Amino acid sequence: MRMIFRAVLLYLTIGASAAQAALTIEITQGMEGAMPIAVVPFGWTGSAAAAPENIAAIISSDLSRSGRFEPLPDRDLVAHPTNAEQVQFHNWRMLNVDNLVIGQVTETGAGGYNIQFQLFDVYRGKQLIGQSFPTSHADLRRAAHHISDLIYKELTGEPGAFNTRIAYVTTADRGAQKSYTLLVADSDGYNPQTILHSSQPLMSPAWSSDGKRVAYVSFENKTAEIYIQDVASSTRRKLASFKGINGAPAWSPDGRRLALTLSRDGNPEIYTMDLASLALKRLTSNAAIDTEPAWSPDSRSLVFTSDRGGSPQLYRIASSGGQAQRLTFEGKYNAGADFSPDGRKLAMVHAEGGAYRIAVLDLDTSLLRVLTDGQQDESPSFSPNGSMIIYATGTGNREVLAAVSVDGRFRQRLSLQAGNVREPAWSPVAGK
Amino acid sequence: MKDLMNSLFVVVLVGVLAGCSTTGGGKSATGEAAVEDRSTTAEGGAVSRGAAAGGSFAGYSLDDPASPLSRRVIYFEYDSSNVTAADQDLLATHAGYLASDAGQTVTLEGHADESGSREYNIGLGDRRAQSVRRILELHGVASHQINTVSYGEEKPAAEGHSEAAWRLNRRVEIVYTAR
Repeated sequence: MRMIFRAVLLYLTIGASAAQAALTIEITQGMEGAMPIAVVPFGWTGSAAAAPENIAAIISSDLSRSGRFEPLPDRDLVAHPTNAEQVQFHNWRMLNVDNLVIGQVTETGAGGYNIQFQLFDVYRGKQLIGQSFPTSHADLRRAAHHISDLIYKELTGEPGAFNTRIAYVTTADRGAQKSYTLLVADSDGYNPQTILHSSQPLMSPAWSSDGKRVAYVSFENKTAEIYIQDVASSTRRKLASFKGINGAPAWSPDGRRLALTLSRDGNPEIYTMDLASLALKRLTSNAAIDTEPAWSPDSRSLVFTSDRGGSPQLYRIASSGGQAQRLTFEGKYNAGADFSPDGRKLAMVHAEGGAYRIAVLDLDTSLLRVLTDGQQDESPSFSPNGSMIIYATGTGNREVLAAVSVDGRFRQRLSLQAGNVREPAWSPVAGK
Repeated sequence: MKDLMNSLFVVVLVGVLAGCSTTGGGKSATGEAAVEDRSTTAEGGAVSRGAAAGGSFAGYSLDDPASPLSRRVIYFEYDSSNVTAADQDLLATHAGYLASDAGQTVTLEGHADESGSREYNIGLGDRRAQSVRRILELHGVASHQINTVSYGEEKPAAEGHSEAAWRLNRRVEIVYTAR
């Protein structure tokens, strides 16, 4: 009975786990035509020598990571205004910055703060946004991301995605044993929290549309099982533990159903499960591998991977079932689809010449565009504003994450100091 | 091969005659057959599982490193679940052993290389495990003796990012479980 001695190591963590190293984000390919902007260090009024968080640095880093902005380096800031009266627009025009952000943080007692900020159009000498709001110590970073979202929206016309999180899986070797950890971190890599740790593989994290729960696959019982877990409380529930494969969970946009892959009837098929009744509905019926369902944002259809045509390709099927329609024809391998939030594009793993890369299919034009240049790129996940795609890639012998803008022009790498990181899933905006 | 089988049979008989004085990880599997845990007897050489009651015992020992039964990994080509002719013979040997002992069970662990999408690779690993299952069943193994699990690319046998590692990772591992 060696099974007993090889007991599966598994624990759930409530709250922050300080031991986890944060992801480091590094911009690997800048974007030409990024908008120059100056974000001046915020003023501080409070009992401590400095504000507990450098709000301006968080905003500056957010804007920079979006690929759309090029914040002025701190050393080039010609002045440090913290209110509108101190702003000399001609100074900033000389530096060719289009926009200027200033602000102040004021301690209001009992761990509370007030943040005030202003965004200016430097050339017109005009205020574009001015806001003031209270926040708590715990929410300071979140407040900074909120300001980034407001600035991004004002200047690009599109919603920001800074107040979001990513779920991902890390692996580490402990002697001959591997350990697997499922984490959730802010989208800038900060505040990583372990939500599950196991000596057996963890796979396929997927966010609920309210950003509060994560579904995933765990092999902790030496077989694939699907769980859903409340991220804040760590309460979890085993949803699917049928004979064979229980995999590829994907939440319906309304959060009431889960699409999943089960092989309980003999081979992998796509099902939907009603989360209230646990009733299953089988959508596919084919001797091929049918897996990796992704819901269209309007809930009407699912895209999935199938090798029914001889090689893995993407197909679309109505969420009520019916005939599946093939979507990809270019190349011998298109798998692991993720819908863009507007439902008009699909990101996928696309193989060409033995290399697996991330490609985007425009569903209106049927044009496929390869965005990455790695050898083993996989697990693409759109940012909730549709501007970036995060994915897993290899560098040397390590697995890291990377993100690429949907037009392919801007790239960044997200890595751990040690260990491998894979299977990123970007949360919806409602996540905070 | 015939000679090898004969000599193996002798080894098995010796094992049986030597009795099944199990130690350490040994346990009684079915009441009439004791099982040695290989990890506790590795340097002891040929330690045999006692012949099960009934059936046509093939004469091989699970724990004898010289026995074909000690070969428990089947390898596959890229994106394929076809079993080679040589491995079909090997599976027939395993099937003979399993068919001779209804109390014995195996888990077939299907694996894939790292190429491509992780959940699709779970599908590929499953297809490989099912392919091995069908061959075992064709040779008389009862379906309830076989469990399958696919780990996809999650548990590579070889680290590395070249065909040298990948060919070792596209595999089905036969794990004897009722022991």
